[in-house]
Amino acid sequence: MEELLTRIARCVESGKTDKASPYPPDMRGNDGADELTKQALDEGLSPARILDEALIPAMAVVGERFSRKEIYVPQMLMAAKAMNSSMKHLKPFFQSGETKRKGKFIIGTVAGDLHDIGKNLVAMMIEGGGWEIIDLGVDVKTDKFLKAVEDNPGAFVGLSALLTTTMENMKKTVEVLKEKHPSVKVLVGGAPVTMEYCEKIGADFYSPDPQGAVNYLKQFAV
Amino acid sequence: MKTVLSGKTRELVIDTEGPVVIIGESINPTRRKKLVSTLQEGDFSYVLELAASQIDAGADVLDVNVGYPGVDDARLLPEVVSAIQDNFDIPLCLDSPNPAAIEAALRVSSGRCLINSVNGKEESLKALIPVAKEYGAAIIGLCMDDDGITDDPEKRLAIIEKITERAVSAGINQEDVIADPLAMAVSADPRACMVTLETIRLVKMKLGLNITMGASNISFGLPDRESLNTAFLTLAVYRGLTCPIANPEKITSAARAADLVLGRDDFAIRFVEYYQSRNF
Repeated sequence: MEELLTRIARCVESGKTDKASPYPPDMRGNDGADELTKQALDEGLSPARILDEALIPAMAVVGERFSRKEIYVPQMLMAAKAMNSSMKHLKPFFQSGETKRKGKFIIGTVAGDLHDIGKNLVAMMIEGGGWEIIDLGVDVKTDKFLKAVEDNPGAFVGLSALLTTTMENMKKTVEVLKEKHPSVKVLVGGAPVTMEYCEKIGADFYSPDPQGAVNYLKQFAV
Repeated sequence: MKTVLSGKTRELVIDTEGPVVIIGESINPTRRKKLVSTLQEGDFSYVLELAASQIDAGADVLDVNVGYPGVDDARLLPEVVSAIQDNFDIPLCLDSPNPAAIEAALRVSSGRCLINSVNGKEESLKALIPVAKEYGAAIIGLCMDDDGITDDPEKRLAIIEKITERAVSAGINQEDVIADPLAMAVSADPRACMVTLETIRLVKMKLGLNITMGASNISFGLPDRESLNTAFLTLAVYRGLTCPIANPEKITSAARAADLVLGRDDFAIRFVEYYQSRNF
């Protein structure tokens, strides 16, 4: 049983989605995160244990490796794909309410900005931290963030901006969200964004890498 | 097809059959906080330093972007344009999402500038094409529109076709439209570079336009970015890229090498000259 959890974690860390996947080459022909998760559930392991003892620690390893530049964006995407192939077996339990996630996280790239890679990486790492992701996509206007916050009480919000010219829209969105919902926590990130800018616009947290956001959110997990 | 830009006096020809022209990207506040802080104090020494070092490294045109939160670029962009043109005889590429800033900069600029950029959205076409016509500027046509960014080269071509048609019907010459086929990160999509290369091929074949792109975007999220950028630049130049926007410090030697390999540098004159200018 323990061994199955370790094997799922190993598959996620190395991006082994399923048996048919040829990647990584040294795991060719082995069961992947897909088969092993199904097997774990069949053998009676709880979805909560699979989440807490396999997926979350595995994605944390991936995030740390990325922060240390031991792996790069493609390896991170492979790991996320493997995580998803495991997570799909857990989703029915989340939906029925039988297994709880850590909370909800709304994410999007701000208005006028079409960059999605950074936003997607953060979304998958936070999902890998056990959170439910509400991804609003790119070029998201303030109203849409506002509506998502109203539809999902207690959710956290992550804003991404990759252009110096769209950072202004990040500021506007933070202002409106904080004005209407003073208790909502807003995380910001993206290449031109800094800690100083985060403080200046009244956002709650900035991290230069996705793992920073995952670590910050841990204290709020339900 | 030839696009002619100019500084105060000097003309620069971007020729679809000619050597690579480098548009220097470094006058941009992303990761260069000092640029905004000095400019806000009315201190132009740093921006002039960035201009000089890029020209020295091989830039033929300078992209000028001063957009930053809290900056009124309709006021600042023209000031920076004047400061650069007072000191250097080089064509400029005016880079702002704000049409008012582009127009204000065109009003004070001398020579013939390039507008970066017009995209396929109706609001962009309506705001910028008349301005380009009025001031006789060339434009970069960026292939995205109200539907965002597509990964279908035929659709990217269709957006460039639309921008070109609108420009031509407003009285702008077709050769004054430079296409930007969009270069996306290959770390997120292994086909990203092939989509760009195929778009370049289609644009060159159907419209014959000069082609630009942000040439270092493709290597985001990967190590050894310079090798990747060089490989992509070389292939893109072979397909029809003529005026990449990049850091000249990092790209010029690869561009000179590509020109030589493609038979556009007789007796390797420019290749050798550049090497010697950087190494002796």
